[in-house]
Amino acid sequence: MKTIYFNKFYKSFNILSGILIIASLVFLVFKGLNFGVDFKGGTLIELRTDKSSANITKIRDSFNQMNLGDVSVKNFGNETDFVVKFEKQNSNDPQFIEEIKTKLSNSIGTVDFRRVENVGPKVSAELLRSGVIAIALSLAAMLLYIWIRFEWQFSLGAILALFHDVIITLGVFSVFSLEINLSIVAAVLTIVGYSMNDTVVIFDRVRENLRKYADVKIFELTNISINETLSRTIITSVTTLLALLSIFIFGGEILKGFSLAMILGVIFGTYSSIYIANPVLISLKVSQRTIVKEEKE
Amino acid sequence: MLYFSKLRVFSVLIFTLIISYFTISNFTKVDDEFFSKNIKLGLDLQGGSYLLLEIDNEPVITQRLQSKVLEFKKFFKDKDIKVRNFVIEDKSIVFDVENSKIEEVKSLLDDDKSEINPYFQQYKSHQFNIENMDTSFKLEFSDYGLVLLKNSSLDQAIEIVRRRVDEVGTNEPNILKRGNDRILVELPGLDDPGRIKSLLGKTANLTFQFISSSSEESFGTEKLSFEDGSSEAIVSKRIVLSGDNLMDAKPTMNNQTNETVVSFTLDRVGAKKFGKATSNGVGKRLAIVLDGKIISAPEVREPIIGGNGQISGNFTFQSATDLALLLRSGALPAPLNIIEERTVGPDLGKDSINAGIMSLIIGFILVVAFMFYKYRFFGLIANLALISNLFLLVGILTLFEATLTLPGIAGIILTVGMAVDANVLIFERIKEELKNENNSIVAFDSGYTKSRTTILDANITTLIAAVILFFMGSGPIKGFSITLGVGILTTLFSVYFIARLITAYYVIKNKHKEKLI
Repeated sequence: MKTIYFNKFYKSFNILSGILIIASLVFLVFKGLNFGVDFKGGTLIELRTDKSSANITKIRDSFNQMNLGDVSVKNFGNETDFVVKFEKQNSNDPQFIEEIKTKLSNSIGTVDFRRVENVGPKVSAELLRSGVIAIALSLAAMLLYIWIRFEWQFSLGAILALFHDVIITLGVFSVFSLEINLSIVAAVLTIVGYSMNDTVVIFDRVRENLRKYADVKIFELTNISINETLSRTIITSVTTLLALLSIFIFGGEILKGFSLAMILGVIFGTYSSIYIANPVLISLKVSQRTIVKEEKE
Repeated sequence: MLYFSKLRVFSVLIFTLIISYFTISNFTKVDDEFFSKNIKLGLDLQGGSYLLLEIDNEPVITQRLQSKVLEFKKFFKDKDIKVRNFVIEDKSIVFDVENSKIEEVKSLLDDDKSEINPYFQQYKSHQFNIENMDTSFKLEFSDYGLVLLKNSSLDQAIEIVRRRVDEVGTNEPNILKRGNDRILVELPGLDDPGRIKSLLGKTANLTFQFISSSSEESFGTEKLSFEDGSSEAIVSKRIVLSGDNLMDAKPTMNNQTNETVVSFTLDRVGAKKFGKATSNGVGKRLAIVLDGKIISAPEVREPIIGGNGQISGNFTFQSATDLALLLRSGALPAPLNIIEERTVGPDLGKDSINAGIMSLIIGFILVVAFMFYKYRFFGLIANLALISNLFLLVGILTLFEATLTLPGIAGIILTVGMAVDANVLIFERIKEELKNENNSIVAFDSGYTKSRTTILDANITTLIAAVILFFMGSGPIKGFSITLGVGILTTLFSVYFIARLITAYYVIKNKHKEKLI
């Protein structure tokens, strides 16, 4: 296969990544994330209406008359399916949902509540906290693992790549106001695993090549390593993306956010293994001596 | 890396077949408990309700403190120590002791063998922490005292919750403790949890108290309102009888009034108490109080001695049935709040299963086709490994009766996409080795050897993520972490035992062929 000179573009892509990260952070800080019921508390109702009668405006109007706080209504897949979310959460009143259903049936005709989620403020705060802890813990565990397996320069590169992927993925979610729920946390953790996996494959090769070529500079060496592992990188990303696209398209509405986050993560993860992880090695002046020194110890 | 002993080939084969059997058992019916295992579907796939209840322990703490005050009074009286000014404030008991007895009281409370302030050897802590200022003592539940109290009220509550849920007769309910003040109730197949919620939302504290005729009751009086909110009544604080003495309760028809009522049967102690109270109280009105609200207050026309009685109160048959159920199952030690509820209707569950299977099939076909396109014969080997991987994964999930959730199905599909990675790493490495090595057996062997650490590294990182998710995640997400984690293990097995076995046979047979891969 022809050699591709990835290393020519390290600088430009690093600048691009820098801009993306800053933009993501700006969005995350100023616009924030669109937390779903899991993390914000409140009630979610997925409902299916009789074909003819309902549209978003009608449903929103009838919910607005019920004094439930902020109400959001969205179409969900089918044109007869809707997801309604509102702040009020009152699971201690056993009739709460039943009353909403009756009132709604009166104004828009027969409705079927396909899914109801009701999360109290205490639980949502706990879920949010454990989600953040899970992500932090997984980053820490990856750091530890890679620190044991590689020299510290490599660990730093891999971790920076991870942060890059997680921040930009969340940034995209912020820009498009996509909902963050429990399954997104699962997606982020899987992204962390995948991105690490991808970086490790290239780093393993870099380290092997440091032993193999005594006189090649790290700048060249990363490029050789990226090229040698390139077809694997492509094939694995393609098969993973094929699986994820299949979930995204055919897996139903509930998995849409999850699979979208994963798709973004796989793309950013593959990109960052090449354009974030490797330049870090170069700026940390990794050389044949880094490896030798480590082995002597 | 290419050598397999006969024994090993045999064990790989047997293992794969046995596990795969369990995958197939999901689709067949066998009359044997062990051999007809089915994968368990999560609530999001089969439909059902998930309720998280939290005990409000405040009333229990106050109650315990009140009864503790009585114990203290008796205890000090027996010891001839004068104590005054008992008050319960800010969740602690405060009292004063005469000057000469301060030290004695201190040692009585602080002793490891203290009768009144038990010392828990295993926690190295007393039930109460003691603060002493001059003659004043302040006792507050210690951390462990509080934990023990919470645990015991949780144990009681879970028992009552179980009885109530069982009485409603739902399909295989799952009731579990969560932490020290929560109860998780999973009700598969239940798409309208309204009734269960109203049953669990009631403490069901039943008492019989006389309506007070004069305000000078020795026990004091309280003002309670009627259940229907129509009026209020002054009720004596003296409890004639409580729900604890109830043996049975059931909805019946009163033949005279043609009304639905709840008839109850008392135990011996209760019957005695009730008989005595009603004998003395003929002509008075007896209020039947449930959770601080009067259900009804009929006049006692004659002494009720047999231990049987009826509660009337404008019941429908349904509400009488529910009240009887609550009375039979007993009172909760404290109110329960529903802090999280998730309900999925059965047809959404079915839709999710269909969508999940659909995307699994399509994802699988796409990956398999792509691998065949890229590697031809070796693609077939990788695909065979992938198929056995799927069988192993589903088989293991079935064998351990893991719960399959919608994210869990996504985890299986993701495994399909990522599982080929290991074989790709190996095949690519072999290709590289073949460039400098004429002996294909040597090239294949070193391809396997050299890619091994990378493959392990790559899979361990994903496994770490899965393990963390397993411990931090809840419900459906846990299902995802299980399939992802088990998927990694079955992937490694299928790559290193199944794909490698076939590759080895093929390479050894065709070692002289040009361009093997």
